[in-house]
Amino acid sequence: MAEAGSIVRVTGVTKVFKLGKIDVQALKGVDLEIAKGDYISIMGPSGSGKSTLFNMIGGLDKPTAGKVFIDEVDIAQLDAYELAWLRCRKIGYIFQTFNIIQVMTALENVTLPMIFAGLNNDAAVEKGMELLDLVGLGDRFSHKPFELSGGQQQRVAVARALANDPAIILADEPTGNLDLTTGEESIALLKRLSQDRGVTVISATHDFKMLNVSDRVIWIRDGRVDKIEDREELSISVGQIGARE
Amino acid sequence: MPARKILSESEKETGRVQRQVKLPFLKSVEISIKSIKVRFFRSLITTMSLVLAVSFLSFVGVSNDIANGMLAKQDPELRRLLVRSGYDLGPGDTTVGSSPKQRWLVILSLLVCVVGIVNAQLMAVTERFREIGTMKCLGALDRFILRLFVLEAGMQGLVGAGMGALTGAVFSLLSGWLRFGFGSLTSISLGSLAVSILIATGVGCLLSLLGVLYPALIAARMQPVEAMRVEQ
Repeated sequence: MAEAGSIVRVTGVTKVFKLGKIDVQALKGVDLEIAKGDYISIMGPSGSGKSTLFNMIGGLDKPTAGKVFIDEVDIAQLDAYELAWLRCRKIGYIFQTFNIIQVMTALENVTLPMIFAGLNNDAAVEKGMELLDLVGLGDRFSHKPFELSGGQQQRVAVARALANDPAIILADEPTGNLDLTTGEESIALLKRLSQDRGVTVISATHDFKMLNVSDRVIWIRDGRVDKIEDREELSISVGQIGARE
Repeated sequence: MPARKILSESEKETGRVQRQVKLPFLKSVEISIKSIKVRFFRSLITTMSLVLAVSFLSFVGVSNDIANGMLAKQDPELRRLLVRSGYDLGPGDTTVGSSPKQRWLVILSLLVCVVGIVNAQLMAVTERFREIGTMKCLGALDRFILRLFVLEAGMQGLVGAGMGALTGAVFSLLSGWLRFGFGSLTSISLGSLAVSILIATGVGCLLSLLGVLYPALIAARMQPVEAMRVEQ
């Protein structure tokens, strides 16, 4: 993979958690490179270190050893201010539990990151409406989260993640709390956005529906990268998994 | 509409990014008002202990104002009434200060009130862990969170303490009327009445801010990873 095109680079990352007196090694040396504009799925059983790796890439957690580069910037070198900037401008987060801020309407949720980014209120509202239209919720902008269904909340979360035109969207189990159809809709939406806007989408998942749209799948097992597969190789191995289970 | 921000070459070289994350003050006021409104009942409970403590403070202050007003009339009859109702008056005294016992009671009630506020605010912070974590993932700095909590507490404090001070004053005036008759109220100096109410309100605001400081610090220092945790 071309060095210049990589947006996320992970080198020799290990992470040790202390659980009481026992050290648990969640990651045992992970090397990864993710190219700009790719749609990546990180797959792995729970407890494999998938979420830990995911949090590292998102700048939410710091590695015990090794380095994480986002756009060739070592995130361990950033202070709190710069990390906040990174989270605000470069990365859009989509959570398994949606995490729409309960006290705000759909529109306010979408405009909040833009306010943080220093956009004035009118510009933020205008762009927020555009984004809500994009995810098909233009007419429900004034609704509070509890007035929206799970799928709709997820779409608000997608719109919010896109607010500052991030280079990377990190989605943690984006379909985990959705039923089959809404899950598929969400995946299609993410795929469309990644194609149209050139956003790198990285999602941690164990939903096999995600595999069809992924450019590459990274399998994590026991704190290491088990294998990385491109889409062409994928159909065969998915078949195997289907057979195995 | 902002163009996509990619680090400029010079920024890449130094490995640093621009420092541009902000939350305008008016916007933070708007957010705090909204979150008080949404959690109105909860805010009411947080504020209630403050209202009670402050109204006690204001009751004591205004009662002394009434007594001073009565003394200023230099009517021996009123003076006898005051002594009979428990004021320690020496033969030559022309003013009443708050007695040590009163002061202790007031201080104790204020202390209890602060503990109550800390407790209620800690609960509120725990309840809002996910919200705080999400905000941090969206790029909020520690001090945005701190500011939101302090603003909320300040507004709760102002309203709660204001209400408490007025309630205390009204009750004090009523009890003065009942005990000493309407005549006793005519000679209160309005200035000292206003000062008593203002002091009570100010102390209430201060306590509310004091009570939120520790919980708000906890909230501000929270790691954004918390937002990702699934269990709730």
